[in-house]
Amino acid sequence: MLLQDTALIYGRYLRQSLRSRFALLFGVLMPLLYLLFFGPLLTHLPLGVRGSSWQVLVPGLLLQLGLFGASFAGFMIIVEKGQGVVERMRVTPVSRLALLLGRVLRDATVFVFQAVLLVLAAVAMGLRAPLPGVLIGFAFVALLTISLASLSYALAMNVRTPQEFGPVINALTMPSMLLSGLMLPMTLGPKWLDVLSHFTPFRYLVDAVRDAYVGSYGTAHMLYGALVAVGFTALSVLVGTRVFRTAGA
Amino acid sequence: MPPVISTAGLARTFRTKTGPVEAVRGIDLTVREGEILGFLGPNGAGKTTTLRMLTTLLKPTGGTATVAGCDLAADPVGVRRACGYVAQSGGVDGQISVREELVTQGRMYRLPKAEARARAEELAHELDLTDLLDRKTGALSGGQRRRLDIAMALTHRPKVLFLDEPTTGLDPGSRADLWALVRRLRDERGTTVFLTTHYLDEADALADRLVIVDEGVVVAEGTPSALKLEHAGSIDATLQDTFLAITGRGPAPADITPVAV
Repeated sequence: MLLQDTALIYGRYLRQSLRSRFALLFGVLMPLLYLLFFGPLLTHLPLGVRGSSWQVLVPGLLLQLGLFGASFAGFMIIVEKGQGVVERMRVTPVSRLALLLGRVLRDATVFVFQAVLLVLAAVAMGLRAPLPGVLIGFAFVALLTISLASLSYALAMNVRTPQEFGPVINALTMPSMLLSGLMLPMTLGPKWLDVLSHFTPFRYLVDAVRDAYVGSYGTAHMLYGALVAVGFTALSVLVGTRVFRTAGA
Repeated sequence: MPPVISTAGLARTFRTKTGPVEAVRGIDLTVREGEILGFLGPNGAGKTTTLRMLTTLLKPTGGTATVAGCDLAADPVGVRRACGYVAQSGGVDGQISVREELVTQGRMYRLPKAEARARAEELAHELDLTDLLDRKTGALSGGQRRRLDIAMALTHRPKVLFLDEPTTGLDPGSRADLWALVRRLRDERGTTVFLTTHYLDEADALADRLVIVDEGVVVAEGTPSALKLEHAGSIDATLQDTFLAITGRGPAPADITPVAV
């Protein structure tokens, strides 16, 4: 039942994404600009890590893609609430978990697709990384997208207008991006900043993906990254499902 | 025969920044099978909140209810299977075709693929939407949209149909069509219809029985003529005057003609 319901909701929203090709490609624009205009600045800087500067930057940009993209996923549900689509689905016997999972899996599909485009562009710019590492990177993008999109939908179900939603998301994503060291390794900075950055879950994810991009799969970073990503995903999906089950307003 | 809907003390209090708001204070009502019930009340009386509770969208904070033999709290899925609900805002995506919305809706009610497709055609035929099946829902007129909303709610042949202000914004012709449709559903299929409306002519023409709520409680119920006799003094009174008498808003003052000098 759950599988069938999830596939149904997933199909509906994937078709929705495919209908707007522009939006499908537009999300990749911001990280692509970083890649083009910021990436070359790093090539000769001492970053204090193994591998090329691309192996440091691209994992960060992948997670940035997920962070900014998935956090705003809730906007769509505010529109759908206005149309009455959310309530119309909630009066059917369809599984509440599927109402969330179908949507977030669509988001994961879209962002992994964008991540593939980004990596291809990075390869053209000079990135060289082992294939298993690159695939692990996509898995982290998928988990990050599922978590953040779930939380974003949960928040969006509880706000009335996009005007309330946008500022909250901005206020959360900007510091998250800066603090998690997506652009440059936090180890370059002072100790306090490095410590502070460990309080954001994304720090663990980016460390893990950077290890994967240099072919180190059995590291502590990888273990912590995987644990944090899976734990964060489970927690977020739980919160999201709860909201779909009970949401009033 | 047991009633198809019965509620006892059904209540909902919302917590807001300025303190609790008792939207529904305790509704007791019963609806017989095959009945068309008009659920009336001034704005803010708690009509939509009651409807949202009965359709499992909102958890009651007090009281109990059974719908089509299923307890609201214990078996919400059973209630969902037995009910169709048309919200004020409808509930279709303007970018999607009529056919796709109808088929997806059938699938959400767990119809197998082929059956969902056949059901979409059937519903389109019944609600005069066949020529519009491949049109985007956003391109439909108000009356066509309303018919689609109702088709969506009838996908699973529900025993009970909840309609929240179904004719608001429709032209007179579309309203008349919709009334005919509601009567046909009841007469041919025995569907119980629970509808809210602000149009008293609609309630008068369509409903077998009225339940009038105000400030979250039932203040009167009965057939339109019984209510007119009891509250407005005559069976020939308008439902408008009856409604105003019941809700204590008083009849509109008679025109004061300025004295000519």
